[in-house]
Amino acid sequence: MDLPTPRGPLSEALVAALRTDREFLGVLPLTTGHDTEDGALALWVLHQLHYRDLAGVPDDLEWDPQLIRIRTVLEHALESRLRARFSAPSGRTFTDDLLTWVDEQDGHSLATYVHRDATREQVLELVRVRSLYHLMESDPTAWVVPRLGVRAKAALMELQYDEYGAGDPNRLHHHLWARGMAACDLDPSYGVYADNAPFEVLEQNNAMTLFGLHRRLRGAALGHLAAFEATSSLPSRRMAQGLQRLGLPAELVDYYTEHVAADAVHEQLAVRTIVGGLLADEPGLEEQAWFGAFTCLDLEDRVARRMLTDWGVLERERVA
Amino acid sequence: MKGYEHPETIVCPGGPLLLRGRHVVTGRDGETHETTRPVTAVCRCDRSALFPWCDGTHKVLPERLRPS
Repeated sequence: MDLPTPRGPLSEALVAALRTDREFLGVLPLTTGHDTEDGALALWVLHQLHYRDLAGVPDDLEWDPQLIRIRTVLEHALESRLRARFSAPSGRTFTDDLLTWVDEQDGHSLATYVHRDATREQVLELVRVRSLYHLMESDPTAWVVPRLGVRAKAALMELQYDEYGAGDPNRLHHHLWARGMAACDLDPSYGVYADNAPFEVLEQNNAMTLFGLHRRLRGAALGHLAAFEATSSLPSRRMAQGLQRLGLPAELVDYYTEHVAADAVHEQLAVRTIVGGLLADEPGLEEQAWFGAFTCLDLEDRVARRMLTDWGVLERERVA
Repeated sequence: MKGYEHPETIVCPGGPLLLRGRHVVTGRDGETHETTRPVTAVCRCDRSALFPWCDGTHKVLPERLRPS
């Protein structure tokens, strides 16, 4: 993928050094007191080194010690921001109460807006910014597999096998998304629309990669997965109906229709067998599972508020 | 070493029945439907738009209409 447009001095210095002299000693000091959006883009770029080719950047920089140092500083800042927003629900157990807890949350919903009110151009913009995740759907969670005990590992693979198409590349979820984008005449190459992504979307993607990359955060990764799956089935139906209302291509509708049925299964598996299996072996990770679940819903609410604000929807609701 | 439980069916309280592997399920019309996923969620609230498969509709039903 091509490197995105910098959003401040830190990401500018990082992108320039990746492109030219690969001298990163001067970049680290810029992390001190960095602007949050600038830092989020820099971290997103550093995370991409672990997923794919960056144009003009040597592959071995994935494990460059200076870049890992910068990544670590930015990840600590990200985790602190996420932790500061979190409080664990009291008197609840994850495996018994997660689905009820999710139902009680009333964050802003882009699916509800798309269902009834969004314009075609708004939906296409949403597709562009969602592509940062949907084109690598399930990949951050795949890193968690070797860090798990027997039960949770088997359970996660049972879900991931379905996410990755159960052996059929045509059913692989991020490929379904790519086909949907192409049918809308959007470019499904990874990272093309990174410049369109608001800060909240970068933060959302960085959080998933943070949880996936660090063995220490395996509980948060699986808690995040459970909340993600538990907020997918019904919203996917609204998305599918909204896309049909606007006459958008069947390939994109198919992506959401697939998720109505798939995630009705996955939400049950994620809570009962995956997190259930994890906590049976490692009960000390319960708080971390809640942290992951909270972060998932909190970031989705912030992304939704940001998009609805940019479209003037929240302003109109306040006036009305 | 001890083995782990790995049931072919899991009843989710208030939600669907999970089926592992290949099964044939009979729909309302008496037609048979074959499972296609590694694990499939079968509707138990009787209100799914994808019947006999679960589409999450049970979650928007009042408590008394959800399957036990």
